[in-house]
Amino acid sequence: MATPVIVTKKRREAEVDLNRFPFTENDLPGLGRQENLPEFLREYRLRGWNLFQTIPMPSTNDEAWRRTDLRGLRASELTLRAEVPKRGLRPPRNLLKPLVGKRHGGQIILVPTQNPTIAVNEEWRQQGIVFTDFRTAQVQHPDFLANSIGQIVRPEEGKFAALATAFAEDGVIVYIPRGVRLKEPLHSVVWSPGIRLARFTRLLVWVDDDAELTLVHEVASPNQSEGQSFHAGIVEIHVGKGAHLTFVEMQSWGNDVWNFTHERARVERDGTLDWIFGSVGSQLTKTFMEIDLVGEGATGKMSGFYFTNGNQHLDHDTQQNHFAPHTTSDLLFKGALQDRSRSVWQGMIYVAPGAQKTDGYQANRNLTLSPQARADSIPGLEIMADDVRCTHGATVGKIDEEQLFYLLSRGIPRNEAIRLIVEGFFEPIMERVPYGGVRQRFRTAIKQKIG
Amino acid sequence: MSELQIVDLHVNVNDREILKGVNLTVRQGEVHALMGPNGTGKSTLAYTLMGHPNYEVTQGEVWFKGQNILELEADQRAHLGLFLAFQYPVAIPGVSVANFLRAAINARRKIENPEDKGIPIPEFRKQLKKVMDSLRMDHTFASRYLNDGFSGGEKKRAEVLQMAMLRPEIAIMDETDSGLDIDALRIVAEGVNTLRGPDLGVLVITHYQRILNYIKPDFVHIMLDGRIVESGGADLALHLEEHGYDWLKNKAEVMVR
Ligand SMILES: Nc1ncnc2c1ncn2[C@@H]1O[C@H](COP(=O)(O)OP(=O)(O)OP(=O)(O)O)[C@@H](O)[C@H]1O
Ligand SMILES: [Mg+2]
Repeated sequence: MATPVIVTKKRREAEVDLNRFPFTENDLPGLGRQENLPEFLREYRLRGWNLFQTIPMPSTNDEAWRRTDLRGLRASELTLRAEVPKRGLRPPRNLLKPLVGKRHGGQIILVPTQNPTIAVNEEWRQQGIVFTDFRTAQVQHPDFLANSIGQIVRPEEGKFAALATAFAEDGVIVYIPRGVRLKEPLHSVVWSPGIRLARFTRLLVWVDDDAELTLVHEVASPNQSEGQSFHAGIVEIHVGKGAHLTFVEMQSWGNDVWNFTHERARVERDGTLDWIFGSVGSQLTKTFMEIDLVGEGATGKMSGFYFTNGNQHLDHDTQQNHFAPHTTSDLLFKGALQDRSRSVWQGMIYVAPGAQKTDGYQANRNLTLSPQARADSIPGLEIMADDVRCTHGATVGKIDEEQLFYLLSRGIPRNEAIRLIVEGFFEPIMERVPYGGVRQRFRTAIKQKIG
Repeated sequence: MSELQIVDLHVNVNDREILKGVNLTVRQGEVHALMGPNGTGKSTLAYTLMGHPNYEVTQGEVWFKGQNILELEADQRAHLGLFLAFQYPVAIPGVSVANFLRAAINARRKIENPEDKGIPIPEFRKQLKKVMDSLRMDHTFASRYLNDGFSGGEKKRAEVLQMAMLRPEIAIMDETDSGLDIDALRIVAEGVNTLRGPDLGVLVITHYQRILNYIKPDFVHIMLDGRIVESGGADLALHLEEHGYDWLKNKAEVMVR
């Protein structure tokens, strides 16, 4: 009678072991004696490392992780340095093409084991614009980093925020000085081939007062059939007073990637943020995305597109924080799901005491294309002020048979008809995206996912 | 010359028999009118011919171009040249009239020639404008979402627009005249008349003699309780207008026995 109990226990232990990251303090980048890491970074990494060790692995008992189970993550098999076949090193052409406008003002390409490729207009450098990779910034702009890094996303926020704090060496650092209005977009690409590779990245975007920037940031990797790989990232964004940032973020990790990010944008008085987000890749994603409207008159808009298939699991956790009066937030996330895939959207609008005359909106719409697909949509409001307008909506639906029949009756084959209906479903997102290249990318994703 | 031949068609909806043995042949070049009281199965016939999955054929055949089309999917039936103008067209938000029509035209071209690259956009636009002009539709309709927020009359006009663009060989028009004002009725009827010719057969389902003044039928059929109980020439519709359906009810009962 005792046997089954022992078996269960053993399995549980095996699970925990499999779930354990194999990294040690000696693996922390830049801490060796020979390396001259700035002191603040040494401390910062060690803080991340210590927190990582004390924060337990998230479990489905934690509210934020209730619908996203990490027990299948084979963390123990991950490596910090994976062999990458030479021809896998170059990112695919379509990732490098401009999504916004005809040409880039600057481009950074980050590939593991390779030196970063950085192209930036020389004039801009002279204007004080920083657009470089994290390692270079450590040498060239240590003071800027010391004053900005970790200010917006703190390592305490979670297991993976701590891990990324400790390990991220790769990354993109952007600084736009006060009053500089860049008309041409910047483009950064994180390409990440490597079987069982654990990759850590950070993105820091600092748009100073009255400055303006459009940044397109892509993270991607090939589909790898062997093993699991991993990404943990931190995205920190500062939009200064009267500044404007359009941030286009595209996630197309390979289907072997377990992806975890903490992303937050802080918007100061009269600043505006237009955040466009496309998420189609990875095996599993858990992303925390937040907008903190900290100054009066600040505006944050978020437009999210996701499409899952196979047994993908994408979990987007959004938060619109109104910390000041007269702030506006507007979020629309739309997703379609194929096969046995799953999505979770959990959104919260928070209005702080005294943040009167705020206007908050959030909506999440899902279209399930297969009976086995499942979308969870959980909106939330927490309002501590009385003179506000906040609305939300959440829906999960499937393809309407009458619509499908109508299109079929006009000679449009089933797959094509479904594609049209899905494109129509996403149209409200497309209307919020003023860039043909981005829209085209979304359409291509729809085509590929429907097959 | 192809013909749509409906033979002893029985159809169930939710396990209830709605069509109880329909026989009807529509040839290219002919216009047939189908009339009958509410709920007798006219739309059921239309949907069944087009292949709606909710309509279960329990008996009978429908022949078109040498095939029993009951075995075909709706899109394949459309490729053969069948068209249904819906009594209640559904809205497809986010899909513009132009994109939808282009997809439909291209799907057909692709069947005819798998190498086809699709209709050139300028040619498509030209055609679309021409047809919209003939139906007195504002060109902005092309970029509106299909039937989304269309008025009742606009939806009906959009159905005829599609018919004119897709050039079917047999068209079933299910109460395309309902909900049209007098001017619109004339415009829509003119639209259909310009398509009329040896290559088009039409089955006009209607409650009103009025549209038949514009689209002169070669034959008129009356459906009662899932069967065609009377067929005749254009004057049959006039007779109905005057006398209603009562005189036919006895006849239907006799047929049941
Ligand atoms: N999808 C359906 N579900 C349930 N009942 C249906 C369905 N389609 C048709 N019926 C039933 O079948 C019968 C015939 O309906 P149908 O729509 O064919 O009538 P009709 O002759 O077109 O009427 P009308 O002149 O009012 O348009 C009705 O009793 C109707 O309620
Ligand atoms: Mg009807």
